[in-house]
Amino acid sequence: MSKFKKSSSANQDIPTAALPDIIFMLLFFFMVTTVMRETDIMVKQKLPRAQQLTKIERKSLVSYIYIGEPKNTGLYGEEPKIQTNDVFITEKDITLFVNQEKDKLSEVERDQITMSMKVDVGVKMGIISDVQQELRKSNARKLLYSSILRVDE
Amino acid sequence: MAKGKNRNPPEVSSGSMADIAFLLLIFFLVTTTIANDKGIAMLLPPPPDESVIQEDIIIPERNLFKILANSKDGLLVENEPYFGTMDELKEEVKKFVLNFGNPTPDGVEVYNSLPPSMKSFINQYGKDPESSDDCTNGKAIVSFKANRGTSYELYIQVLDAVNGAYNEVYAERVGITPEEWLTLDRDDEIQDDMYLRARQGIPRAISIAEPD
Repeated sequence: MSKFKKSSSANQDIPTAALPDIIFMLLFFFMVTTVMRETDIMVKQKLPRAQQLTKIERKSLVSYIYIGEPKNTGLYGEEPKIQTNDVFITEKDITLFVNQEKDKLSEVERDQITMSMKVDVGVKMGIISDVQQELRKSNARKLLYSSILRVDE
Repeated sequence: MAKGKNRNPPEVSSGSMADIAFLLLIFFLVTTTIANDKGIAMLLPPPPDESVIQEDIIIPERNLFKILANSKDGLLVENEPYFGTMDELKEEVKKFVLNFGNPTPDGVEVYNSLPPSMKSFINQYGKDPESSDDCTNGKAIVSFKANRGTSYELYIQVLDAVNGAYNEVYAERVGITPEEWLTLDRDDEIQDDMYLRARQGIPRAISIAEPD
């Protein structure tokens, strides 16, 4: 009879103490990789595909310029527009924007500012060229044409 | 009293810990956008200095590889309409860069530093006196000019092809694949050395003219 008693007193629970740790690990992964989207992109963004892509080394040095046809064509028209942060700007305001972005960086890093151009494939070169001329004038010469990796079949 | 001693130490129930972590996890899962910021890097030329009178530097026609794009997305490569694929364009650029038609002493030095596979490539396709002299500074320039009406898509494709040609040259020179070339970490001393060795004497001479 004592045999029966022993077997029934054995612990049948699966230890779940490690479960929170596993979840925390996943949590930390997502916390680290997450980038909070602080801007609402108001232009169409179908990025071009290319193969010779380089990664951005330091994210803090990057500022974004979005160019594309506005999503809300009823309100903003169908012509491609330039968006930085949360607002539409014109070519002339690029210098101001660059200077604002440069002010956020420390003095030694200001020349290394990289402009990431997120341009929709449907945009014509005219507006992009105008933006580039302004960037040259405001001495933000490092550019990155943001694109997605093309995989050949 | 003996009973009390045998009792397990009191535990704080941690069963809901997982729930809390799950809640946070789901929050981050929803708000996350994995950073996929990659692209074609380019350096714009410095702003034109108005105090200095610009001198026109005359570059012989043979040292220029001209790519023109019009507003209807048609390409003109070396003064002839181009209908090939971008991979073919990449090969053309590669042949142009590795031509060594009339090398200077510097060019000969670069040629001698190349691996055998590239030397045979040059001997097979290069050595054309009508094409670039050699690949050192200012002797082989790829010039790309788009029109204001050219689509951004074509612009990127051409830029990608030209960059691809250079990357393939660099990668082959140090004996790695083009994919490995793109992921070289310049903070690492060995890899930085490789990077500098590959680019020694072959500058990435891409001139992008202002669209008209």
